[in-house]
Amino acid sequence: MKVMRRYAEAPIRAAFLGLLAVADVFLAAGVLVTALFAFALGMIFLFPSAVRAVRRRTGLARRLNGRWLGEEIAPSYLPPPPPVRPQPDGWYRHDRQLYRTPRWPDWHNRWQWMFGDPATWRDTVWLLLNPLAGGLLLLLPLAVAVFGLSLPWAWHPLGGVPVGLALVAAAAAALPWLLRLYGWWNELFLGPTAKSLLASRIHELNQERVETVDSQAAELRRIERDLHDGAQARLVAIGMTLGAAETLVQSDPAAARALLAKAREASSTALTELRGLVRGIHPPVLAERGLGDAVRALALDSPLKAEVTVELPVRPEPPVESAAYFAVSELLANAARHGGADRVWIDVGSRGGAVRITVTDDGSGGADPARGSGLRGIERRLSAFDGVLALSSPPGGPTTAVIELPHARGVREQRNTEKMPWWKWLIVGTGWGLAWLPLFPQGLVTLVMKLVDPEERSWLLPLYLPDPWSWMMIVFDIALGTAMYAAAVLLPIQHSRRRWMAEAAPHRLCSDR
Amino acid sequence: MNLRAVVAEDLYLLREGLVHLLQAHGFEVVAAVESGPELLRALTGERPDVAVVDVRLPPTFTDEGLQAALAARRAVPGLPVLVLSQHVEQLYARELLADGSGGIGYLLKDRVFNADQFVDAVRRVAAGGTAMDPEVIAKLLASTARHEPLAALTPREREVLELMAEGRSNAAISQRLFLSESAVGKHTAGIFIKLGLAPSDDDNRRVLAVLTYLNAARS
Repeated sequence: MKVMRRYAEAPIRAAFLGLLAVADVFLAAGVLVTALFAFALGMIFLFPSAVRAVRRRTGLARRLNGRWLGEEIAPSYLPPPPPVRPQPDGWYRHDRQLYRTPRWPDWHNRWQWMFGDPATWRDTVWLLLNPLAGGLLLLLPLAVAVFGLSLPWAWHPLGGVPVGLALVAAAAAALPWLLRLYGWWNELFLGPTAKSLLASRIHELNQERVETVDSQAAELRRIERDLHDGAQARLVAIGMTLGAAETLVQSDPAAARALLAKAREASSTALTELRGLVRGIHPPVLAERGLGDAVRALALDSPLKAEVTVELPVRPEPPVESAAYFAVSELLANAARHGGADRVWIDVGSRGGAVRITVTDDGSGGADPARGSGLRGIERRLSAFDGVLALSSPPGGPTTAVIELPHARGVREQRNTEKMPWWKWLIVGTGWGLAWLPLFPQGLVTLVMKLVDPEERSWLLPLYLPDPWSWMMIVFDIALGTAMYAAAVLLPIQHSRRRWMAEAAPHRLCSDR
Repeated sequence: MNLRAVVAEDLYLLREGLVHLLQAHGFEVVAAVESGPELLRALTGERPDVAVVDVRLPPTFTDEGLQAALAARRAVPGLPVLVLSQHVEQLYARELLADGSGGIGYLLKDRVFNADQFVDAVRRVAAGGTAMDPEVIAKLLASTARHEPLAALTPREREVLELMAEGRSNAAISQRLFLSESAVGKHTAGIFIKLGLAPSDDDNRRVLAVLTYLNAARS
């Protein structure tokens, strides 16, 4: 059923996309003219609007690719430049020039951003070549099908029916595959390159690093303050009390005894404070028992009725454990404080190379990371380990939070590293093995023969067709041969590129995989 | 006859302090060890009347002491063990109480500062009783605060319950709260009725019943 639908929808999609591709001729012409004006005549201000127009078109192509041709293609542009900030004296600076308003520096930044982005040029190349690709891959088979339908009238009423039907069937069978090929073509030019993925990853890491360093500094400052005002001050007091007791011990033993009792009390308080502090830095139960039991201990201390299931075959690295522990602690506190929950279910498990913790409560829901600083804090803590927090909290509950953290720092889940599927190998093999057949004897050689000596037909099949159709057949053969070679070359490249990018790409939580 | 004790603690000063404290109060310290394997050997070899054990011991510096104590109690059921720690966890308290045979203590290390109370706790454990740190009980009660029958207790009954859960006898509770012993008896009877537990005159069994009840109320 699904397959039937796929074949039924293919001609409509192919027609739409093909016509859209052919219509790109106008946009491409417009862009070429604008480029001419922009660079040859110095009307540089036209450039950004031309780029924006191209990006709108490629954006549409990316979306349609996701809708009809398989995977949605992620845009690959560099992050846009931040808005220009005024200097302390109120002027805006660009290079060595000062400006009164931010307009010109902003414009300049945007121009540099667009001009310097390789994706801009890849977009343009795609736009210029797209009419050709779309026409060859999508419209030509449709034309072949139409030709097949017209054969009974145009050629021979009896012989035309089987040949025509065969042509229609071949076109219908090929179309879904050609659509797929067209999708790959799109991906080749519009998809992110490993370079742009790395650039965005670096951008992200930079931001995370800044946040991590900030929060770490704040944490150290808090610990320092707690020690300074708490335990340290108390130890000083104990020392002084002991000194006083020492001087009094001969003259007034009763007073000395009272002082000693006070010193003991103070040491007890200092210990209590230190205990609290240690718990905030690295909970002892985590150090002693690992994540599973530490989460159980948390659940026991929580006022909520908690059910904990733990299944962790490998103990994660200590920093990862600690981040996970504090995230769970914060989630439990949130559930008790804001969620109005009575029960909570915690599931600690392992998935791929990551720890996955699910915390579900029966509270009233409505938690929003944008508003709660606690949730934001969890996200920040987790992001330092490439971890993520996914929250589902509809009003009325229940709230489910999923934390996913790679087991070890720096090692991310290996995805898409599997070998190329057999059918891709088949296409590659067929391409290398048979592409010469349509391209050379049936395509180029026939073309030459057609031009030189149309009477000599021998085994050049297109020459047996009536005149306009023999031309079309020659073009189709050449296109088919080229496409087969292209597929044979591009498929392995694309596969290894994809694997490469999966390794370079930021780790993301995919809940439906 | 003197009670025979084993002490396990990795810090030299604290170990010596504990040994002296126990000796001064009439205990005979038969072994003072500093690591988990040594402790297990001492416990199963010497069969002391009571053991004072630090949770965190070499070689792993995790919960070596606790594990050794639990292992020894599996080999010698009811072997009295008092566990000391820098921090208390309900999780560990549960594990210690799990076999239900008594003779268990679980205290913060700071409790050593008050020698009389500490030695009293050691004796209680040696006699097969229980000594739970007030902080464990406070956490236990805090996390069961919303539980139905517990919420029905009067403040005074709650105080009595807390002290009872720590492992104290009626006499000790009456001293602590400045009540007559018969008043405490009335309160405990009230608590047992409200919680639906069978009344028991035996202090130790009473404590275990209360702790089991509180633990069960949690989950």
